[in-house]
Amino acid sequence: MVPLSWYLILAAALFSIGLFGALARRNAVAILLGIELMLNAVNINLAAFWRYGNVMNMAGQVFAIIVFAVAAAEVAVGLALVISVYRRRNTVIADEIDLMKW
Amino acid sequence: MTGEQIIFLLVALFTLGSGFMVVTTGNLIHAALWLVSTLFGVAIVFALLNAGFLAVVQVVVYIGAIAILFIFAVMLTRKDMRDQGPQVNKNWWIGALLAVLTFGGLYFLLQGWNGLSRTAADIPSGFDGVAELGTALVSPDAYVLPFEVASVLLVAALVGAVYVAFNRK
Amino acid sequence: MDFWNDPLKVAADWLLGILTSWGMPDLVAQVLVGFLGVLVLLSLLMVLDIFLVWVERKVVSRFQDRIGPNRVGPFGLIQPFADIIKLLIKEDITPNGADRVIYNLAPLLSMMSVLILWAVVPLAPTILGVDLNIGALYIIAAGAIGALSIIMAGWSSNNKYALIGAFRQVAVLVSFEIPMLTTLLIPTIFAGSMGMNAITQGQDVWYVFISPLGALIFLIAAIAELGRAPFDMGEAESELVAGYNIEYSGMKFGMFYAGELLHAFTFGGFWAILFFGGYRFFGLERVSPFLAVAVILFKAMVGYWIIMWIKYTLLRIRIDHMLAFNWKFLTPLAFVLLMVTAFMNALLADAPGLIYTSGMFLSNFVLAWVALEIARSVSRKERERRDRAKQVAQAHH
Repeated sequence: MVPLSWYLILAAALFSIGLFGALARRNAVAILLGIELMLNAVNINLAAFWRYGNVMNMAGQVFAIIVFAVAAAEVAVGLALVISVYRRRNTVIADEIDLMKW
Repeated sequence: MTGEQIIFLLVALFTLGSGFMVVTTGNLIHAALWLVSTLFGVAIVFALLNAGFLAVVQVVVYIGAIAILFIFAVMLTRKDMRDQGPQVNKNWWIGALLAVLTFGGLYFLLQGWNGLSRTAADIPSGFDGVAELGTALVSPDAYVLPFEVASVLLVAALVGAVYVAFNRK
Repeated sequence: MDFWNDPLKVAADWLLGILTSWGMPDLVAQVLVGFLGVLVLLSLLMVLDIFLVWVERKVVSRFQDRIGPNRVGPFGLIQPFADIIKLLIKEDITPNGADRVIYNLAPLLSMMSVLILWAVVPLAPTILGVDLNIGALYIIAAGAIGALSIIMAGWSSNNKYALIGAFRQVAVLVSFEIPMLTTLLIPTIFAGSMGMNAITQGQDVWYVFISPLGALIFLIAAIAELGRAPFDMGEAESELVAGYNIEYSGMKFGMFYAGELLHAFTFGGFWAILFFGGYRFFGLERVSPFLAVAVILFKAMVGYWIIMWIKYTLLRIRIDHMLAFNWKFLTPLAFVLLMVTAFMNALLADAPGLIYTSGMFLSNFVLAWVALEIARSVSRKERERRDRAKQVAQAHH
């Protein structure tokens, strides 16, 4: 049927797309979108290894659920920070938030 | 080409295409909506992997909460209703190069592993994934500690997010 | 297998036999038969939806002491058809500056999020779409897609009022998902599974007698999820303009409106399945599946009537009161109820039926009374504080 390599390549490709989004976008919210894609790629990997390994060992699914929780927490705090920065600096372009640079 | 392989290829194409649109489209609301379709594709991949609980939780948590949070954040942080300026910064080609190198590196690493082409064993009959997952999450000799720590993390994130974004008038 | 005992399987096998005898490969034939089943269910649902429009208009008119539509056909039964024809022949407008793709996609997603709910509704022991063992979570997932469609509608209309209405509606929706999810776990504890069929089969005693507070909280959260009064911030918030529906006319508005009615009927159905026994009625469902379908449709109609009753009796609640009610009262109450239910269930697990039922009922009653007392004392203190502040302000004049 579907070999394991297909799932792993899908996850690697999604991770690379997310990496490009996190590195190359100007808007801070768009950078967080790239990070979400990377976390989803990791989840696909975990679920694929659970399925293609020993199905009775629930570590893969439990880890994926913990990643869900961590991603939700990180997005909440990240977006709160972005909104707070927008209120003070009136911008969300990552290049323009440079008060602490030398 | 079995039916399962065709379905997987279609879903993978859909997910990767939506992911590509997320990182390249100019309009941020469109990017958030393309993220919704990417997350939905990932949920279908979970369903293909017989992880039904993960698929439904993906829709509830990611699409029902995180994607909506993204849309709210995009709407609250724009100076007017239109988008202006380029959406990629001036060193975007380095980012693209790094992404291609990462994918190539991962692919190369995977080729060296001989378990790569294994196919899925059949699920034993009578296997209740949800019950097993529930037992694993609360059993003391399974994963109850990460479970509890994750809940503490969520409380910390909740308090932190409310405090950071609070608008003292 | 007899047709009257297991209609879906007999029909599916007969169709499969015909298709494979025409030379179609087995997999394609199965997919085609599946699609035909979905098509039949959707067609029946849309016909039911038209009937619900008539029911809604007649019931609201009776609540308002008038007669309602009675000109078009006997008892106004043809009225919904006239409504649909009117909506279909209206001009299809897309406002200037609106985002075309999202604007046209939003009503489709809204209708879709209601129709996919019917995949897990058990109409009879053998007539159901798919017996998901996570049916309760699937309901929440479909509600999440509904929330997304509201944001899409509000944003793409290029209209400030639509945006504000959509924001408030989605804030209410996402907030009330939490007590709904928590009270969905209560039938799960009793039945031992999240699957809708398992919950129905586990109701030898209707769960409303074991956990009436859970049923009440589920009803309140469901009405907030539906976006109906007294929680209809999204629709009539600005009173004269219709919230996220403003820029929609013709059949797109028809999809929102009909989708909302069908959603209300569906949640009446879920209230019946989760707490009132679903298709069970003193063993009637073992006689014939069609009787079971009739039973559950009747119970869903009663639930829908109760939801309409609440809508046309109560006033709309202000948005900050609504959210305060959810986060400060309903969510903590739902969590405490879940803990008390799990504790009492473990305590009384081996007790005979009557002691179990009365023990759980009593615990619910005590919890509701304590919660109401706390709410009353908090509001009394708040009122006294406000009166004292007013007296001080007046004394200074």
